[in-house]
Order: sequence, then structure tokens, then C-alpha cells
Amino acid sequence: MKVKQQRIKWFALAVILGSVMVIGACGKKKAPAPPPPPPPPPAAPTASIAVSPTTIQAGQSASLTWQTSNATDVSIDGIGAVQANGSQSVSPTDSTTYHLVAKGAGGNQEATARLTVTAAPPPPPPPASATEEELFSQNVKDVYFDYDKSDVRGDQQSSVQADAAFLGQHTDINVTIEGHCDERGSTEYNIALGDKRANAVKEALTGAGVSPSRIKTISYGKEKPFCTESNEACWQQNRRGHFVYQK
Amino acid sequence: MNRANLIGNHSGLADCSISGKMRHNAEQGSRPSESSLDERTMRKQILALNSYRDTILSYGAYISVRWPLHPEMDQPARSDRRQLKGNLPSLALKRLVVTLACALFVFAAILPSVVLAQDWVKTGTSLGVEKVHLAVADFKPASADPQNAALLKTFNDTLWNDLDVSGVVELVSKSFYPLQTPGQPVDVNFLAWNAPPPNAAMLAFGNLAAASGHVIVQGWLYDVKNTQSPQVLGKQYSDNATEAAVRVIAHRFADEIIYRLGGGIAGIAESSLYFVSDRSGHKEIWAMDYDGANQRQVTHLGSIALSPRISPDGTRIAFSGLTKTGWEIMMYSLDLNRMVSFPHIGGTNLSPAWSADGAKLAFSSSKAGAPEIYVADASGGNARRITDSKGPEVGPVWNRKTNAQIAFVSGRTGLPQIYTMESDGTNQQRVTDQGYAVSPSWSPNGQFLIFAWVRKYGPGEPGASDIYLMDVASKQWVQLTHDGGRNDFPSWSPDGRHIVFQSNRSGSLEIWMMLADGTKVQQLTFNGRNTQPNWSWK
Repeated sequence: MKVKQQRIKWFALAVILGSVMVIGACGKKKAPAPPPPPPPPPAAPTASIAVSPTTIQAGQSASLTWQTSNATDVSIDGIGAVQANGSQSVSPTDSTTYHLVAKGAGGNQEATARLTVTAAPPPPPPPASATEEELFSQNVKDVYFDYDKSDVRGDQQSSVQADAAFLGQHTDINVTIEGHCDERGSTEYNIALGDKRANAVKEALTGAGVSPSRIKTISYGKEKPFCTESNEACWQQNRRGHFVYQK
Repeated sequence: MNRANLIGNHSGLADCSISGKMRHNAEQGSRPSESSLDERTMRKQILALNSYRDTILSYGAYISVRWPLHPEMDQPARSDRRQLKGNLPSLALKRLVVTLACALFVFAAILPSVVLAQDWVKTGTSLGVEKVHLAVADFKPASADPQNAALLKTFNDTLWNDLDVSGVVELVSKSFYPLQTPGQPVDVNFLAWNAPPPNAAMLAFGNLAAASGHVIVQGWLYDVKNTQSPQVLGKQYSDNATEAAVRVIAHRFADEIIYRLGGGIAGIAESSLYFVSDRSGHKEIWAMDYDGANQRQVTHLGSIALSPRISPDGTRIAFSGLTKTGWEIMMYSLDLNRMVSFPHIGGTNLSPAWSADGAKLAFSSSKAGAPEIYVADASGGNARRITDSKGPEVGPVWNRKTNAQIAFVSGRTGLPQIYTMESDGTNQQRVTDQGYAVSPSWSPNGQFLIFAWVRKYGPGEPGASDIYLMDVASKQWVQLTHDGGRNDFPSWSPDGRHIVFQSNRSGSLEIWMMLADGTKVQQLTFNGRNTQPNWSWK
């Protein structure tokens, strides 16, 4: 009997010990905080640059577009320090290689884009033989926009001024300004956005003295893109106010 | 409850029909005539409906929200400590049980709180209600006509698909069916259906007979667990023996079943979808049945037609068309099968939307400068501007229940967001807090908005546009599509259980349909690029 009781006692003790361990294990689960993760190594910067078109004639301009990430210091040879992402219109007289350097905590990253400049076209034929429509297409420049924006950005003001000057000299030419958008986003919203872009260009022209009665606007949204690839260079081509000659 | 009393209460619902005889209604034109097989059975079906009313609660989609479980740690051992000196074996046993219970409780409590670290929102049709197990036996030929085989295939496929996508029943797989399926009530072997393997609660069956260019379809719905008075529904249809007519008959029979098993909400099998397709070479307005059948071109502008919106009565399509003077609101009459005049407004006019009573149109117009929301009479008269933000504003949609609010898209703060306002332009409220949110559609019960949202928009963010559902009152939302591609232009079905939308997940822009909880996703178009679907109101 006593042996049996002893056994039960031992058994009970073992059970209590087990219980204490289980409870202890239960209790521990909520206690220790995970050790703080080691700080991640700084991400290496990425950089890309593109120019569109890749070949121009002297005097024409091309659109230079670049994107970087994780960079604190971004510069392009010949242009200097620039924003992390952006685009700019360039018109070099000689072929140029744009060399982009992105410096960041994780190292340096370089990217290049080559713009080939061919010799200037033969001097324009005497004005008498050029039709107004030809002059229009030679002189009037489209106005480009930032993503989801409809205000005429700073680097496009020169185009607007040149367009206004041309229209000021050729008062019998009327224009239609088409608002275009890139492929991203929704069909309906992009038409509304294109409408704001076309009207922004119209306002810029009327502000420069062009009669509003000579300007029509229409928006195509993303319905009639100039370029159908899915990259920033192409999207920039599609975000524009496009001038169409109207007699 | 008194059964006789129930019959008395509801007998007014029964169709007045003549037993066994067909009723031909001249006004119905080519639509199939139908008649109840027996008025007595109609009363029985009402009884059966009542017995199901308790178990079927579905009213469209509803949201249930569960918050994370925060377990409060019990300390069950404390009270036991005083008894430590007591009988050891029993105490040890007690401690063991208590400890195990503690361990189990803690485990059970911690596990879900780890798995469900975030609160989650689940939406669906008839959540928490077990769906009726419905067996659908292929209809049988009832004559020796050679046309029967093809017509039966169309009928059976259409009926099965309608019930399968309805969201209100659970179809019993055909592999569980007995070898002998009934074509007539006398053939029904209840034991073979109401016990496993099929274990069906309901059975739909019937027969089809083509004869000299006509077809007669008889269909029944049986409550096979109720062997005393099993008939819930008995219908007979007749029409010309064409695939199109047989398809319509299948839709109508499916809707009868869905109406009875789905809590009295009308089915959608006879509804239509309107959408934009470029398969003719230009973007034109097209129409199709809700299941993708019968696709047909509606407009022939030869320029660009966008944003079709069917009127609540189903007679007119308002849309935005590109003309020589720009984007105009245009109107197509489905009664006259031609364009009807709509006033020239000027500026860029986009995304018309019908009010729930069909009396007004809201749309986006830039006639006064920036694209703003306008409300006009359905005729186009009395257009007045109700927003004034300078931001591009498009995509208005009326609250279909109250007819008093409008949701719309505005870019007034940058990227487009969804806003709501009263239909006079007051009380404008932003309902999305970030990203790129467009294309709202208001649910038939007025409770939910669905829209396309790129929730995290920006460099380095995954740029998927998905369909989201938002409870308008609480602004809680739930993501409905997760399967990749860009998803846009969701539109509610009349029953509030389905959503149609456009997606390029297959590699090409096509129209897809799903249940309002994001399940049962089904592609409807396969030809050309198809966008901007809009579901008919009934």
C-alpha cells in the first residue's frame, strides 16, 4: 500500500514537473522579443537612360529620359547634377554620348545613351516654294507633359513661345491641338486628362497673343498613341499636346 | 403555422394559368409562351418556398468583418493552489487536465492570431448559409425528332451554366447521379437522389420535344427530401425549334429556379451586357447575353465609341462618341435600332450615367473649361454643372437605391480618386485615400461601390489595377481580383451577386465575370479587344 502511495507520489511529482515545464514553455512564448534584424545592406543604385529619337539632324532636338533608384547623387556629363528621375529636351550639334552616373550608399551605377547627330539638312528652299503647311510642320513643336499632369512644364516653354511666334507671323493658319496621354490608367480619365492638356497648350498660346478663335482642341486620351511600347521613353512621346495644321 | 393559411396568404402570387394548356400572348412576339403545369403544384411550390425561406437569407452580397483575436490569458491554476494539500493523485490529475487545457487554450488562441495578424474582411453571396444542393439531370428527348439532340445539348449546357454561376446553389456533380435519370415526374426515384452519393436536396429535370419546327420543353424542380409533396416548380415552354429560342427557354427556367432557391431575388439569366469592341476595326458598342452568347454589333460610327450605359428600362444606350466636333454624348435606341438625336453640348463629353429612375443623365463635360460633372435631363436638356474643381472629373454613377447620390472620379488632388456627393453637387467626400482609383459602379442595393484601384501607386510599387469593393457607409474595402493583369470598369449585375469587368489577364483585353466575392471568374469574350462592360438593370 505504502509502495503504491509512493509510486503515486512519484507519478504526481513527475506530472507536476511536466506541468511546470509546459506552463513555463507557455509563458516563455510571449516573453522574448525577436532579436532586431541586422540592418539591411544599402541597396545598390540602379540607373537607366534613354534618348528618343536616337538619331537627329543638327538643330533638331531629342528627348532624354532617365530613371534611377537608391541614388543620392545623380549627374549626367555635359548637363550636370539632375533629379533622380526626369526627362529633358536636348539639341546637341554633334553626336553625343550621355553618360549618367548614379551615386548612392550602395555604390555607383552608370548608364549611357548615344544620340547620333547627322549634318544639318541643306538650307531650306527659298520661302516662296515652301507651302505654309510645310513651314508649319517644320517650325511648330509639340508640347510634352509629365505623368498625370496637365500644366506646361518649364522645359516646354520655349516650344510654346516658338509656336506662338510662328502663329503670330502666319495669321491665316489655324490649328487644332490634340491632347494625348500614355497607355497607363483608365480610358475615360485619360480623355479628360488629354482635354486638360490640350486646353493648357491653348491657354499658353492665347497668353502669348494668339487669338483663341484660331485654336481648336480635342482630346484623344490614349486612343491614338504615337508610340506603342511600354516604356518611359515611349510614354513621354505620347504625353503631349500635338499641333495639327488647319487652313 | 397553419398551412392552409399560408396557401391563402400566398395564392395571389400564383400565375393564373390553365392546366396543361399553352397561353400564347401576342405581345410577347417571338418569346416563348409558358404555363404552369398545374395550379395545385404552384401552391405546393409556395409551401416549399416557405420552408426554404428560413434557411436562405441571401440578399446580394454582404460584408462580414472579423477583428483579430486578442486572447486574454486565463489563470485557471490559481484557485487550485489552495487545495494543494488535498488528495495528491486526484490533484495531480486535476493539474494535468488544467495544464493541458491551458496549453490547448493558449495554442488555439495564439495560432489564429498569428495567422490572422491583420483584420480581414470577407465578402460573398449567402455567406454563412449552406447552399442548396441541387442536382440537374440532363433533360430527355420526348419525341423522335432529329433536331432533339442539338437542341438538348444547347438547353442542358445553358441551364447548367446558368445555375452554376448563379451563386445561390451548389450543383451536385453529375458523376454522382444514378444511371436512370428522370424525364417525367413518374420517373423520379427519390431514394436514388436524396441519399448519398448525390445527397441532393433539390432535383431539376424535364424533357424536350421538337416537332415540325416547334419545340416544347417541360421542366420540374423537385424537393426530393419531401417525398409527400415534392414539386416546387413545374413549367412548360413552347417556341420555334431554334437554338436561340431553346437558350432563352433554358434561361427562363434557370431564373425560375434561382428565384425560388435564392431568397426571391430575380435571376440574371435573361440580362444583357453592353460593351466596347474593336473587332470590326473601330471601337463600337456591342451587346451580348450575360453568359457571353449572342454577341452582336450595335453601333456603326466608324470612329470611336466608348462608355456604353444602358438605360434602366433597357430601351436606350447612352455612350460617348468621337465626332468631327469632338466627344459627344450619343444615344442609341434599341427599340428603333438606330441612333436618336441628343443635343450638341460642346467641349469633351464623356461617361454618361443614367439615374435610377431613367429621368436624368450625369456625365463629364469640358464645355466650360475643365472636365466637370454635369447633370441633365435624359433628353439632354437643362444641363447644369454640379462640380467645380478644375481637376479632370469623369465617371459619374448614381446610387441605384436612393437615386440621390453620385459617385465620381476626380483628379483634383493629383492622381484620380473616388468621391461621392449628393446629386446636386453638395457634400462632396473623398472615399479612397491613396493610389489611382477610377471607374466606380454602385451596387443595386446602394450599399457598395466597386471600382478599379491601383492602391499603391508609384515607382517600385506593383502597378496592378484590381477590382475593389467598398462599403460606402464605413469605407471598409475588400480586394476582389488578385489574378494579375490590369482590371478595370467593373459593373454590377441586376441581382447584386455578380460583377462584370475588363481584364488583360489573358494577354488581351477581354470581358470577364465573377461572383461579387471574387469567385467563379469566367471569361466571356475571346475575339478582338473588348472593354467597358455595362450590365443591364434587369
